Amino acid sequence: MARAVSSRRKWTFTLIAWFLAFLIFFPILWTILTSFKTEGDAAAIPPRFLFFDWTFENYGVVQERSNYFKFAMNSVILALGSTFFALLIAIPSAWSMAFAPGKRTKDLLMWMLSTKMMPPVGALIPLYLIFRDFGLLDTRGGLIAVLMMLNLPIIIWMLYTYFKEIPSEILEAARMDGASVWKELVYVLTPMAIPGIASTILLNVILAWNEAFWTLALTTKDAAPLPQFIASYSSPEGLFWAKLSAASTMAIAPILVLGWFAQKQLVRGLTFGAVK
Amino acid sequence: MATQQSRALGRIAVAPSVIALFLWMIVPLAMTIWFSFLRYNLLDPNYACSLLTPGQLFDEANRCFAGTSNYYYFLTDPAFFKAMTNSLLIVGSVLLISIVGGTLFALLLDQAIVGRNIVRLMVIAPFFVMPTVAALVWQNMLMDPIIGFISWITKSLGMGAIDWFTHYPKTAVVIIVAWQWFPFATLILLTALQSFDEEQKEAAQMDGTPPLSFFWYMILPHLARPITVVVLIETIFLLNVFAEIYVTGTGGRAGNLPYLVYQYGLLSNDIGGASAGGIVAVVLANIVAFFLMRMIGKNLEG
Repeated sequence: MARAVSSRRKWTFTLIAWFLAFLIFFPILWTILTSFKTEGDAAAIPPRFLFFDWTFENYGVVQERSNYFKFAMNSVILALGSTFFALLIAIPSAWSMAFAPGKRTKDLLMWMLSTKMMPPVGALIPLYLIFRDFGLLDTRGGLIAVLMMLNLPIIIWMLYTYFKEIPSEILEAARMDGASVWKELVYVLTPMAIPGIASTILLNVILAWNEAFWTLALTTKDAAPLPQFIASYSSPEGLFWAKLSAASTMAIAPILVLGWFAQKQLVRGLTFGAVK
Repeated sequence: MATQQSRALGRIAVAPSVIALFLWMIVPLAMTIWFSFLRYNLLDPNYACSLLTPGQLFDEANRCFAGTSNYYYFLTDPAFFKAMTNSLLIVGSVLLISIVGGTLFALLLDQAIVGRNIVRLMVIAPFFVMPTVAALVWQNMLMDPIIGFISWITKSLGMGAIDWFTHYPKTAVVIIVAWQWFPFATLILLTALQSFDEEQKEAAQMDGTPPLSFFWYMILPHLARPITVVVLIETIFLLNVFAEIYVTGTGGRAGNLPYLVYQYGLLSNDIGGASAGGIVAVVLANIVAFFLMRMIGKNLEG
């Protein structure tokens, strides 16, 4: 009897959960489906769910008309570049704060986090003018620098919480054996820190990939990544739904896949280690 | 413990990040403050200065002091009040949807349901969708009054089509933004729920504790910390919502503070006014940040 009730309960919950999840996922699913339709099918009322002429031509047209690969390449370069340079200065900082904390380390970390609270619009005008005067508008280098600074606090925090979990006894043991700071860093710390660093990279690539405010404001053509590519489809003449869907699918697919892999790290990273 | 050597090395290791972040914060801020006291228009600098404050030009860019007039104009611009209420509306409603909806949904997903991992994948997906894509997909394919999917449903139900972006632009923006952030809250709260002690749950069931008081006295306190974190993170991002408004062209009616500053600066080329607006936004964000940082500081200590 008890089992029957709990099994019914289980299936009720399952049904509700699947229904709600489907609703939430539907816009993405619909976009993907529409990207394989002809324009006629895409605008059909009532909507055609699965029974339409499947076609891949939208992808070809989108690539041809707005050069998807150029934008995608920019997105990749910006995401990886900004992450790389941020890690370059974040790893030593996080390492030293985790293993040789001073009295002010906590305050320093809080201060770093507080720089994220500064609204981008507060810096938009000067940055725009500096970029204009130094010829950095619409350059990858300039945007990499901005994205790097934008995510630096989150990267440091994330690395810090990961590094803190490395037991310091191991370091002490290494020191007892006479390992120098450098050796300690290379042979003891790095191997243990790699999973944390990998998670940090993953999360940061996602954040940089989707960053829209600065990329919309500071790029137009040459250095423009995918958010700008999609925004160009908001002009009235660009409104062909199947093509818009194909463009959207191409813009979100890589990061959606990465994101699904990065779920756990995402929780941990974006909550600064408070939720694991 | 830490040796003298490693401590000195530690300082050197921290320095680049601290210096970079300090410059990143202080240089634009100082420039914004400076600009906010100038009459400074990129398009037609002469006009503004010579007409209103003759003989006060002081550099080759034809800038001149404006005193506090930029602030005066920005703060008394009816658009400012509207933008501020829109900012608060977006932050407030999306937070409410995220926390209440996220908690309920996380509780549901925490039950023994079939295929939970797939459900979780579907739920978190919107968070990874780039804001410009989310905005365009919702605006065109779902909320379009003629051939949008939602209007097809409402028409089929006999309610008629809703022209979201003409009649309810703010609701439309809130829906789009909430769609992206509600999954984030769900994922974090679900992760927190899954770390809840199973034995306590069983004990409460054995004792016949009513589910509601179990939720109130046991689950909710356990969720206090993740909820704090969700509020902090989402507030940071929600105060700065921009792409959803920019792309959907709802800036006129649903525009928030960032959009208004963008409008002043890059659309009207009024650098002085935009800078004053930027400073106002910074001050407002800092008021919010002050309380949030105290909250999270306390919460993250333990």
